[in-house]
Amino acid sequence: MNNRLTVRAQPALRLVTPACHDDGASQPIPAGQLTIALAGQPNVGKSTVFNMLTGLNQHVGNWPGKTVEQKTGTFQRPDGAAVGLVDLPGTYSLTANSEEERIARDYLLRERPDAVIAVVNAALLERSLYLVAELLTLDLPLVVGLNMGDVAEQHGIHVEPHVLAAALGLPVIPIVATRNQGVRELIDAATSLAADPARWTPVRPSIRPEHAPVLAEICTLIAGHLPPIYPEDWAALKLLEGDGEITALAKTNLPEATWDRVHALLLQHEDAYLNIAGGRYEWIGRMMRAAVIHPKAGAISITERVDRVVTHPLGGLAILLGILGLAFSLTYAVATPVANWLSTTVLGVLDNLAGRALAGAPAWLFGLVSDGLIHGVGTVFTFLPILVIFFAVLGVLEDVGYLARGAYVMDRFMHLMGLHGKSFLPLFLGFGCNVPAVLGARIIEERRARFLTILLAPLVPCTARLAILAFLAPAFFGSRAALVSFGLIAANLLVLAVAGIVVNRLAFRGEHTAFIMELPLYHIPNRRTVGLYVWNNTREFVRKAGSLILIASMVVWALSTLPGRGIDGSFLAAFGRRLEPAGQLMGLGDWRVIVALLTSFFAKENTIATLGILFGAGAATGTLAAQVAAALTPAARLALLLFQLLFIPCLATTATIKQETGSWRWMLASLGLLLALSYGAGVLVYQVGRLL
Amino acid sequence: MQENSYALSALPVGKRAIIHSLHGGRAFCSRVANLGFTAGALLTVVQNYGHGPMLVSLRGSLVALGRTEANQVQVCADE
Repeated sequence: MNNRLTVRAQPALRLVTPACHDDGASQPIPAGQLTIALAGQPNVGKSTVFNMLTGLNQHVGNWPGKTVEQKTGTFQRPDGAAVGLVDLPGTYSLTANSEEERIARDYLLRERPDAVIAVVNAALLERSLYLVAELLTLDLPLVVGLNMGDVAEQHGIHVEPHVLAAALGLPVIPIVATRNQGVRELIDAATSLAADPARWTPVRPSIRPEHAPVLAEICTLIAGHLPPIYPEDWAALKLLEGDGEITALAKTNLPEATWDRVHALLLQHEDAYLNIAGGRYEWIGRMMRAAVIHPKAGAISITERVDRVVTHPLGGLAILLGILGLAFSLTYAVATPVANWLSTTVLGVLDNLAGRALAGAPAWLFGLVSDGLIHGVGTVFTFLPILVIFFAVLGVLEDVGYLARGAYVMDRFMHLMGLHGKSFLPLFLGFGCNVPAVLGARIIEERRARFLTILLAPLVPCTARLAILAFLAPAFFGSRAALVSFGLIAANLLVLAVAGIVVNRLAFRGEHTAFIMELPLYHIPNRRTVGLYVWNNTREFVRKAGSLILIASMVVWALSTLPGRGIDGSFLAAFGRRLEPAGQLMGLGDWRVIVALLTSFFAKENTIATLGILFGAGAATGTLAAQVAAALTPAARLALLLFQLLFIPCLATTATIKQETGSWRWMLASLGLLLALSYGAGVLVYQVGRLL
Repeated sequence: MQENSYALSALPVGKRAIIHSLHGGRAFCSRVANLGFTAGALLTVVQNYGHGPMLVSLRGSLVALGRTEANQVQVCADE
């Protein structure tokens, strides 16, 4: 039995630094150090608790072999001892309904942390205690962090922590995570419980009387047959709940006759799972009656009043569009000057330094550093501020609780594509960067809807592509630049919608996807939560895209210089000229433009970097954008802008699509679809535009 | 009892009702049951325009349901 356990067990989480996120900053939790797991449902403030405890001492990675984000960190106690913290995925229950739920319970079963902190929301106590009811059956030392008591009071709900503690038989620590109140006490309670777990005897929820005999019978039948990490009464309960994973486990581990008997019992009690959930809520009801003073009936909360407007089918849509418009104008109004300042000041200093340091070096080395490397840095600068502000706005909208409303309002439209409101969230992320958009599709439960969302995500114009648009449009279209840009983005989104409708009809035959989503209570955004959100996302971008841009920049420079007969005789020029006939159909017969578009595959921003290298070499007057404009007819300029918006996703997005779908076919389908759409649209726009 | 129950989607705004039964497959039923949609639970309709998704308040939380999903929840009048 021990052998089987070793084979089955996954590698210890704390030692794993996943390759795709590894940044060297991870802190493996050393042996002997206490490990505490943070559990909680979505919208209870669990992440805030984790951020308050760990601050920048946290590592974001993936669960081993999974695509679900894993956060680990350390908390320094005043006595100098460090406590390892593992942030479990936010889940409503521990039934294997989703990947997150499987991960959370696998971790608790296999790694057995020294204690578990369950964060519950005092304003949503009834629902958030459901996870506590499930955690209690796992037999781990458990502490409850009663969060958001202030929000509950605003809604007229008063919770008595000590009464709840007595009723549950668990330590209950009142906290206000956003103000860092009680968080220290919470971790102290968890560490002291870990040291002496026998001090508390929890009151466990029991099954309804009509199912008690069958539960006892299953428990006896499976005794001694399952790997010892699974508590037998827990496994019996999960079998009765129809849990797919535990059922499969029992089937392979039980002797055939025993399994047949268990299977027959389960078939007789097929509907028991509803009774078990009902029983847990009855148990919660008893806790609530003891510890909670309920609000007066009919009292209308702020959330309800705001929601009457914000979730209205028309008013809500207007507000959503207004917020999006505001977010984008803020992003560009603030980010563009910062980006320009960075490019001129910092790049100037870097260029000077390079000039001085490489004074005696060969000219090609100076070219590589100045035109290749420093140019690449400049490209990163152009849109780093855009990304920071976009993620800050997004972080605030999410923390306030607005994003879920946006998804709700968009549900009607998403249905046209066979998707539902939840798909709006990852697609919206795509405006920042397509990589988190593809990753964000994880929140969609059904595989079909998730894959369709992943397929559509690259059609959302990301900041990089929008930055290219903002860079070229003024020189291309003068005073009408804003109007043309708006029209192009609208056309881009129309292509997305039509592609969604067509793919859904053809590939999925219009199947339906279930839409169930909780709308959180509104609350004031927390600086630290938003700050860490921006920090983690931006750092991730710089590490991933930044290095790709630098490498691509240097490669493009090298290919445009070699074999040394000037840029017109370079390898790059030869390659670009071969594609000129194809480009000609879009009015883009200039090999420099074609090459610039192709290099966008490494990172979208490369288009500008490459144009800079290729056009900058000819000592022409005027800005880069003006030089490109001079080389193209108006119809070709429009085709170029639309083509670059719709063109195949960048390398990072493509790799993420492969990772998330686990399928080369899907990845290639995505590339093929976007290539066809972008080329088709480019040719159409040019050919029609030429006639006008 | 069955005759008195009707689909949640037919319930107007402000109406309170008690969940009678769930339909539409185990995955769906298990998910909503975990969210608190269990037989006997009291809910209030917060928004329902007769088309598109609807909002219900249940066990202190606000839950959005697609119309198809709301059709799979049978409720009966709150006595």
